[in-house]
Amino acid sequence: MTFLSYLVSGLSLGSIYAIIALGYTMVYGIAKMLNFAHGDVIMIGGYMSFVATAHLGWPPLASVLLAMLVCTVLGVVIEQLAYKPLRAAPSLAVLITAIGVSYFLQNAALLIWSSNPKSFTSVVRLPSLKLFDGQLTISSVALVTILACVAIIIGLTFIISKTKIGKAMRAVSEDKAAAQLMGINVNQTISVTFAIGSALAAIAGVLLCSAYPILMPTTGAMPGIKAFTAAVFGGIGSIPGAFWGGLLLGLIEIFGKAYISTQLSDAIVFSILILVLLVRPTGLMGRKISEKV
Amino acid sequence: MKLTKTGQKRLVSNSITYGMVVLAFILVQIVDSTGHLTSSLRGQLVPICAYIVMAVSLNLTVGVLGELSLGHAGFMSLGAFSGVIVSLGLRDMVGAGPLRLLAALLVGAVIAGLFGFVVGVPALRLRGDYLAIVTLAFGEIIKNVINTIYVGIGPDGLRVSMSDQASLGLGETGTVILRGPMGAVGVDKLASFGAGIILVLITLFIVLNLVHSRSGRAIMAVRDNRIAAESVGISITRYKLTAFIISAALAGAAGALYALNYSTVVARKFDFNTSILVLVFVVLGGIGNIRGSIIAAAVLTVLPEMLRAFNDYRMLAYAIILILVMLTSNNDRLKQLRWRFIARFRRGTPQQEVDHE
Repeated sequence: MTFLSYLVSGLSLGSIYAIIALGYTMVYGIAKMLNFAHGDVIMIGGYMSFVATAHLGWPPLASVLLAMLVCTVLGVVIEQLAYKPLRAAPSLAVLITAIGVSYFLQNAALLIWSSNPKSFTSVVRLPSLKLFDGQLTISSVALVTILACVAIIIGLTFIISKTKIGKAMRAVSEDKAAAQLMGINVNQTISVTFAIGSALAAIAGVLLCSAYPILMPTTGAMPGIKAFTAAVFGGIGSIPGAFWGGLLLGLIEIFGKAYISTQLSDAIVFSILILVLLVRPTGLMGRKISEKV
Repeated sequence: MKLTKTGQKRLVSNSITYGMVVLAFILVQIVDSTGHLTSSLRGQLVPICAYIVMAVSLNLTVGVLGELSLGHAGFMSLGAFSGVIVSLGLRDMVGAGPLRLLAALLVGAVIAGLFGFVVGVPALRLRGDYLAIVTLAFGEIIKNVINTIYVGIGPDGLRVSMSDQASLGLGETGTVILRGPMGAVGVDKLASFGAGIILVLITLFIVLNLVHSRSGRAIMAVRDNRIAAESVGISITRYKLTAFIISAALAGAAGALYALNYSTVVARKFDFNTSILVLVFVVLGGIGNIRGSIIAAAVLTVLPEMLRAFNDYRMLAYAIILILVMLTSNNDRLKQLRWRFIARFRRGTPQQEVDHE
């Protein structure tokens, strides 16, 4: 039974990683940049939901919508102000800028909400599910998280494969210049990608804080890096890759914590990242890209 | 020996860099002897030297090699803790403080360099964002592992445990050096400003000579065009690894110097934020500009002490500086704007980009 409960919490943590990893992988696929600030958008989403429920007394669902709205706007603003001017710049410059944005968000949150951890009230207020005569308890948050992740991946796959904007996204990620020649508005497509990624980050932030109810300015940093690990694990740029990578990483983390060492769980996760990059730099589902001179 | 024109220029430029450090040392000594040095500033002297070495060594990776390392604090941490262990381990055998400090710095550099090799071999096969993430992961692993390690010295030598202090089995005569998350306590404060300045000068000597050597030119060729460099027979892995290991070893020495300035050292001190702080020094001083790194590291370490009232906004300011420097130096339109702005101050001087030192 303990194995099953670890499995459920692994899947639920993995779902959160998967939702965050989707944001990384979409942005990487299209803008070819590592949006280092993605993890901190999660944190902003958490704080928005916290402010709406704890201070304004909004219902949970409304607070989630507010978080999504704010994060979407934030994501697009970051893209326009910090990343768009650097479209033609070397990747080192873009990466340092992204780190700057991440640092900015963390310290802005520190000034606004102070470093004192806030205790977040879960947005999912349902009783937990008891199975096998109460031997296995599954919290409602875990259940909602897993369901949300599955719903998001189905929705995203639909958008990418069936809609016009999805087609534009695929075209831009394939070849920016050719897409532009075909009349696709590349800048707008990149903005939409950032908007979707940031909205997903808000959902991930709310779910993360519901499952681990401590909210600090640095809350998003570690899950963000781990989710990036998940995205690389699954193959950066690949949407199913982000999903499976996230789930696997969540399971590895929880089982590593349970059966190997609690303190070393982060070290285990990051060792896996290094191993994956060594053995298969394109990840589990990534495509091999040959380099052109 | 006759020097070519570029050789002369380089000699002058290098002399200015060395001279600047020596002059700063003499100035501080004079101010100190007249009793005008505040105690908080005196406490900052060794950390400044350590951060200068960190910044110069990171500049070797970022500016000269052209790869981003986000785990530089990890190497610092390795150097710090191995330095502490060595200095305490030699306490009974070697009485002289400077000798123990030297041993600590050397071992710190060697251990960090060794890990630089271990991380570098796989990581340098990757490029750009991936390398940055692997170095970040490495820094986190180091922090995580050091937080769980217990090290002590018993009568029969060094003992290491991953679980707790009691399992070291030291008995009554042994001393515990590293207490897991509590870090190292009872460290001898062996570091001095003079030793720090010597380390800075050695670092400059190594880095400046490397940059202007055949290897340095090869490293920069790899940075500027990997494929072209490879096609003229430059071994990419070898030169990348050389630069990365030297950078890591210097960071290790800086870590040992830093640690031996305090009586307690914790692994948390060398986290991601420290890596970013050093990156800010490098970016603000000018990527590839060694002298800039020295000035930025010194000024940005002293300034917060003086502007305590603005401490809350300091990090925010660093973040904005990082973004603005990147935007104004990489966006064509903003670049023009910046040059117009600078030209207003120095009319008549030709407008040209400062190239890599």
